[in-house]
This record gives sequence, C-alpha cells and structure tokens, in this order.
Amino acid sequence: MEKEYYANVHSIESFGTVDGPGIRFVLFLQGCSLKCKYCHNRDTWPIKGGTPKSLDEIYNKIMNYKNYICPSGGVTVTGGEPLLQADFLIALFKRLKAENIHTCIDTSGMVAISKEIQELLNLTDLVLLDIKHINNEKCKELTGMGNSLELNFAKYLSDNNIQMWIRQVIVPGITDGEEDLKQLKEFIKSLKTVQKVELLPYHDMGKYKWKNLGDLYTLEDIPTATSKDIERAKKLLEIE
Amino acid sequence: MMKFEQWEGFKCGDWQTEINVRDFIQHNYTPYEGNSDFLAGPTPKTEKLWKEVLELYKKEHDSTGGVLDIDTKTISTVASHEAGYIDKELETIVGLQTDAPLKRAIMPFGGIRIVEKSCEAYGRKVDEEVRNIFHNYRKTHNDGVFDVYTPDIRAARSSHLITGLPDGYGRGRIIGDYRRVALYGIDCLIEEKNKELEVLDVDNFTEEVIRQREEIREQIKALEALKVMASKYGFDISKPAKNAQEAVQWLYFGYLAAIKDQNGAAMSIGRNATFLDIYFERDLKNGTLTEATAQEIMDHFIMKLRMVRFLRTPEYNELFSGDPVWVTESIGGMGVDGRTLVTKNSYRLLHSLENLGPAPEPNLTILWSTRLPENFKKYVTKLSIETSSLQYENDDLMRITLGDDYGIACCVSPMKIGKQMQFFGARANLAKTLLYAINGGKDEISGKQVTPKYEPISSEYLNYDEVMEKFDQMMEYVAKIYIKALNAIHYMHDKYSYEAIEMALHDKDFIRTMACGIAGLSVVADSLSAIKYAKVKVIRNEAGLAVDYEVEGDFPKYGNDDDRVDQIAVDIVKRFLSKLQKHQTYRNSKHTLSILTITSNVVYGKATGNTPDGRSAGEPFGPGANPLHGRDTNGALAVMNTIAKLPFQNAEDGISYTFSITPNTLGKTEEQRIENLVNMLDGYFKQTGHHINVNVFDRKLLQDAMDHPEKYPQLTIRVSGYAVHFTKLTREQQLDVINRTIHERI
Repeated sequence: MEKEYYANVHSIESFGTVDGPGIRFVLFLQGCSLKCKYCHNRDTWPIKGGTPKSLDEIYNKIMNYKNYICPSGGVTVTGGEPLLQADFLIALFKRLKAENIHTCIDTSGMVAISKEIQELLNLTDLVLLDIKHINNEKCKELTGMGNSLELNFAKYLSDNNIQMWIRQVIVPGITDGEEDLKQLKEFIKSLKTVQKVELLPYHDMGKYKWKNLGDLYTLEDIPTATSKDIERAKKLLEIE
Repeated sequence: MMKFEQWEGFKCGDWQTEINVRDFIQHNYTPYEGNSDFLAGPTPKTEKLWKEVLELYKKEHDSTGGVLDIDTKTISTVASHEAGYIDKELETIVGLQTDAPLKRAIMPFGGIRIVEKSCEAYGRKVDEEVRNIFHNYRKTHNDGVFDVYTPDIRAARSSHLITGLPDGYGRGRIIGDYRRVALYGIDCLIEEKNKELEVLDVDNFTEEVIRQREEIREQIKALEALKVMASKYGFDISKPAKNAQEAVQWLYFGYLAAIKDQNGAAMSIGRNATFLDIYFERDLKNGTLTEATAQEIMDHFIMKLRMVRFLRTPEYNELFSGDPVWVTESIGGMGVDGRTLVTKNSYRLLHSLENLGPAPEPNLTILWSTRLPENFKKYVTKLSIETSSLQYENDDLMRITLGDDYGIACCVSPMKIGKQMQFFGARANLAKTLLYAINGGKDEISGKQVTPKYEPISSEYLNYDEVMEKFDQMMEYVAKIYIKALNAIHYMHDKYSYEAIEMALHDKDFIRTMACGIAGLSVVADSLSAIKYAKVKVIRNEAGLAVDYEVEGDFPKYGNDDDRVDQIAVDIVKRFLSKLQKHQTYRNSKHTLSILTITSNVVYGKATGNTPDGRSAGEPFGPGANPLHGRDTNGALAVMNTIAKLPFQNAEDGISYTFSITPNTLGKTEEQRIENLVNMLDGYFKQTGHHINVNVFDRKLLQDAMDHPEKYPQLTIRVSGYAVHFTKLTREQQLDVINRTIHERI
C-alpha cells in the first residue's frame, strides 16, 4: 500500500504573483527552525500547529486552479521552512510534474543536502533562495544560525544546474552594510544558475503577530526600508 | 430583394431580402488580430468639445442634487423636443434628449408622482397642465400596478422581502436593434412592420392577435416619430446610411429615440462596434475617411453616450448609486464560424477611454473568449488596469445558447439582439426569506406577520433539516408572490408605458424572459453552512421572536472554493428557480434568474436583521454573487472558483462578481500585470464563470477603501512576499501602505 503523506499547512493563497513567475498557487507550510528577527510570518514558526492535510487533498486543491496557473505560472511552496517537510513535497512534486506544472520552493536553504533533499530538488523547477546574511556572525545574530548551510545549498543548486532567484531582505543597518553587499555580489557571481536577484524591502507589518504571541519584537527601532535604501543596495550589488 | 445605392460595395446575402443584421455582419466584416498601434489620438475638435462637456459636468455637479436643469413642461416622447446641441460647430454626431445638454426630461407615463417627487427633490415643480393631464385624464403604469396589487404582494413589498421592483420606475433592460436604422433606413423598417400586420390579419381574431396588431401599429408610429426627430437635426433617415458618419448618426438617433421615450432602469445599446466597422472600412478603403476622422466620429458618439441623463428620485439613487443608466455596449467575442468578432472599430470604441479619459458610461463590456486574439486580450486588460472601467462576460459560455449576435442589457443579462427581450424583475431577498422561515413568516425587525402563519422554529439550537424544510416552504411562498407581482407590473408596463420604439427594432416574434433575481445568496449559504457544520443558538426576544444568533464553532464559508458550502449555494439557486417555474408568467415568458444586486446589496442588508452566519443586522450583503466581506481567506482565485460553480443554465440572466485588486498585487511590472490578468480571466472563464468586474485600484481608491471597507472585500496587499487584507489593517497601517506602496513604490 502506498504511504499516506500529510503536510502541516499554515494556509494557502490561490492567487500569488510575487513568489515566482506568473500566477502561483502558494502553499504556506507550518514550522521553521530559524528565528529571524524581522520575520513577518512569526506565526508559522512552531512545528506543531497548522492543519494536517493529506497529499490527495492538497493535490486536488491545486488541480482546481490548473486553468489559471498552467499557462505561465505554477505552484510555490513557502512557509515556514518548506524543506522541513521534504518527504511530503517529493510526493507532491512528483504528481505535479506528471501534470507539467511548474514547481517552486521558497527557502532559506538552511538544511543539509540529504538524499531526500536531493530528490526533492530534482523535482523543483525553481528555488527562491533567501540569503539571510552573507556574514556568518551577523547571520547567527539575526537568525540564530550561521550561514554555512545556506551557502552550501546555493553551491549545490549551482553545481546541479537547478535554477534559482536569490532574495535578500534589505533591513537598514543590518543586512545592507557596504562590505556585506560587496561580498554578497561576489558570492552571487560565483553561482551559475541565478536567473534573478530580488531585493525585498524590510517592512514591519508582521509586527502585530509577534505581539499577538506575546513576543518581544527586537527591531522596534529599525526603520523600514525606503526606495532609496533599495537603490543604494542595487548599486552595490550591480543589479537593475 | 431590396436595393439601395447606399449599399454599394457590400457583399450580398439574405440581409437584403429580410431584416437580418447578423447576416450583413457575417458577410461583410473584417476580423482584426493586430495590435493597437494604428489608433489615433483625439482631434483638436474632439479636445475642444470634450472640454466643453467637462465644464458642463462641473456645473451639473455643483447644482442641487447634481441635476443641472429639468424641462418640467414637455412630456418626453420620441419627437417631443426641439434640436439641442453642445456646440453645433464642433459636433460630428448630434442629438440630445432635450433642447439643451444635461437638461433632464420628464417621462410621466411610468408614473406622475415619481416625476413630481423628483422635480421637488431638485427644487422644481412639474408644469400645471402636465399634472392635470396625468392626474385626471391619463392613467400611468404606476397607477395600474397599484390598482391590482393584492394585500400579500403589498406586504412582501413593504417588508423588503421582494425589493427594487420596477413598479415605480421604468423596467428598462430592452435593447432595440439600433443597427437596423443605419442599415435599412426607416421606410424599409416601416414596410416590414406593415408586412407583419398582414400576417396578423387572421380569421381567429383573438385577444392576443388584437394586442399584437395594436403594438405593431404603435411601433410604426414610433418609427415615423423617429424620422421627425431626425429631421429636426436636419437629417432624412428614411433611407439607409451611406457612410460611416451617417451610420453612427442613424444608429445613435435610434438609441436617442429610446432614451427620449423611456426612463428605463437600464437603457443598453447593444453590440455595435463591429457592425459600424464595416462602414468605416468601406470609407477608409475608398479614401473618404482617415483614421483620425474615424476616431473622431467614435469619440463624439461616446461623448453623447456619456451625457445620457434621467430624472430620478434620491431614493432611487440609494438603490443604484451614482446616477447610472447602463448604456451597455458589448465588444468582441467570437463568431460561431471561429472567426473573431473583434475589429479595428472595437479598438476605436475602447480607445475613447484613452482619448477622453475613463468614465463609467457607456458600460463597456468585453465578451471574453479564450480564443480572442492575444493582442486584443492584452489591450483590454491594459485598459482595465489603467482605468478600472471594463467588465468581462464569458462569450464561450453564452455563445452556446445565444449564438454570436447577442448583447448584454444592464450588467449581466444576455439577450439576442432584436430577437429577445426581458421583463425585468429585480430580486427576492433570500436572506430575509430564511429569517421568515425561522420565525414562521414574522418579520424579524417589526415583528409583524407578513406571510400567512407558518409554524416557527422553537428549538434552542437550529437543526439543519428542520431549517431546510421550512426554508423550502418559505421560498415556495415567496416565489408565488414574486411572480404575481411581476405579472402585474409587466401587464401594466405594456399597457401604459409600452416601449414602442425599442420593440419596433425587434422581430415580430421574439423570446420573452421573466428575469427574476436573488439577493443575499452568500448570506444564505453561510447561514445554512453554520447551521450544518457549527452550532447555532437562537436568541429570542420577549415576544418569542428570533432576533439574533450565536454561532459556536467554525464552519465552511462561501468564497473559499469549499464544496461543503458552495454546493449549498448551488442548490439554493436551482431550488429557487424551480419554485418560480411552478407559476404561470405573463405572456408565457421564460423564467430566468440572476444573481446580481448592483449596489443595492447595501439597502437590502440594511433592511435585514441578524442572520445565523453571524452577520449583524443592517450590515450589507455581498454584492451579486460575491462572498460576504472578509469571509474569503484563500485568495482571489478561490473566490472565482466558488462563483464559477453557480450554474449559468439555472441563472441565465447572469451571475455577477466584483473583483478588486491593487496593481502591485496583480504583478510587479505592467507587463506582468497584463499577463496575469489575461491568464486569470482565461482561467475564470474556463471554470465557466459568467461575469467579472475588474477593479485595479491605486491610492485614491485605497483611501476610499479606508472609509468604505465593505466595498472592497477582496483587496489584498502584498509586501515583500507576504499578503494582508487591506481592510484588516489598522488605520495607521493602511496609511502606511498607501504611503509606501504609492509614494515609495519599489
């Protein structure tokens, strides 16, 4: 008998347009092991919580949107950290690829490249890789974890010809130091499969979620990113 | 075989031996699959004239109640007024409803009191002689209806169980085939009508035959009056139009006659762009017209359509806010032979939005097919994104039953042009019907027994099967009263305010539908879902009347693509239609149903108490088939999938969905926004959705959304990969989004 797969789901968005190309069915999975100080989805952290949903249920739901996503969009899995539920995603993506649906994962890449992860990445058309911080120490300070895993992850994608978009959240004074961005630029240059670099301006609209959970929001004094900040960062990264 | 020199250069066909505009189009039109590069900007004449119109708009806006002037003396008929102009020297297309622009006419055949009330509301008084005639000598539609209304109809009406009925205003929603005026000329049309009279010279001289003979005679008189009206502007329209300018002018005179004769709720104009394109192509080919002058003709035509005005009471505006007239023009679609019906002139008509700026009228309606030329899809979606002025309807769905020469009346009602009309029937409030089922026919607000006494529900918690049984019985009752009311209304409308000129532009035999409607569908679906999947406790007042409900636990909500509740909505639509079908309709019209409220969802909500889904008394319903504000949590496509499940074959009069989105949510760049909107529309219509209003808002609208969140149920903001419902943000956050997404857009 075939194994029954379940995912722990935070929510779905049937009409995503910013997480990958075209119209995206966006699946938000529950659970993340990082503790990014600027996280706007604080409620997706706990591994427990969320709603368990079966593979059939999710697959059937996605198929309800085939008419919209097939021409040039697809499915994006985000979270939380989707790679924490890799076995489920392997099963899901196998079925999606059989229907010729474009698959995309939005991740921090903070996992070891296990056999399972390799299998999943083989079924993934595009990875949105969110580089938390190019500086190991600062990364640890910001997220609770150093960056060696994610940099390795990026190299793995590059070496195995898996397409990626690099994402960097611009948090003024924290992720946009001149030296750091120059270093990031060099790192990106070393990768062969980067299709796009996206800078995401830091905003504090997820702050209320921290408060709802009784947590302290430590970036209280950090300003949100302005278009000026973004322009400056773009220049340093030499991107459009 | 008819023969006119004005037809030179046209390909022959059946259209020359009978009145058959579709056949003329099919033989002569030129499909266009190219892009919009050929279009011309406004001519100096257009710019000058439009400036004058804008000044008139301003004056109108600053006048009492937004009414510039009223002719309180002249009873409006097809040829009643002298010629009126904005600026004669500049106008390529002429003709106004009265002798001056934006001056409103009185049309007392529908009802004299409503005319008096309207005049008073704007500080005028109806002429004494007119009052004398209509109070003492000439009966009106409104008088007729109230002569025959029964106590049960009156009760259902005053308790808002059945609302918005066209018993105090013109029914509208009839589209004359105005193209016939241009193609055939009036004399030919009169000749055809005389032939129809010959057919009706029969031995079995029944009431039906007599009535039809009388109607056709009225139609002939109206056609004669139309010739007189045109002659006041210096045109002889007895013969066909000989060029594009005349074709637009002739066609517009036909429409003008209709809006001088009838103050109908919706006075739609049909499907004209492609028909007119044939004339434009002929003139462009023989060198008598340039693209700039072709565009000028269309722009001036559109200006006229933007200036249509009716005299209406402020209460009417509460039902349908913003002084709408629904000059609906249907554009695009595919022919049954697989060729697109998009022509260059489809572009010209839409291009007026760029040359003159966006406007709510005419109500531009795109008949969308997944097979439309890609260039056209991109052009219309681009316009949608820039102007929020377009609506879309599913041509692939409607073509099955309506062919390829239908048009939309009002918002969503499709009808074959010149071959079909409807008896407009407003809508029944099914949310209130549900509350009556629970209270045994007593009104939840007044406590009055409105329907005959039914057994009320007495249990503390609502039981789904019991509620359904009683709701079914109450729908049965409402359907009966509803059809009774509509039969009375349309009998009297035909008798006292017959649309002779519009019907003169129809075939002798045509389809009539009895267009009923539903309000409050999503409230009913959610209420029944709450009763079925959660626990709903009834709160009763001292008199034992159920006045409020407590919902314990969660339940599936309409608008999330969840079959558990969506199928309840589907079932209600089917059930209610089948109940209506049990009752004989006036003139054997076919029962149809719409799920459309226009803006009246607010008024209906106001008149409806607390509902078992947790909606509070007085809160607006969702408009049309929309979910209730804030109930949808799975994004836009989930809502579309829910609405697309509602069966068009059981709601042939249309299923309306209003969709609003911010530019940034639709996509990051203009190119992506266009691509996403095209794919979204293709997807929605493949799912068999029927209609969609597309709003793409920016700052101004977001500010409005802050003050009226109920109007923007779907408004989503995405910032850096995270989505929030705009209306769920605090005021401070909303201001933040407005400032950041607009001023500092990244």
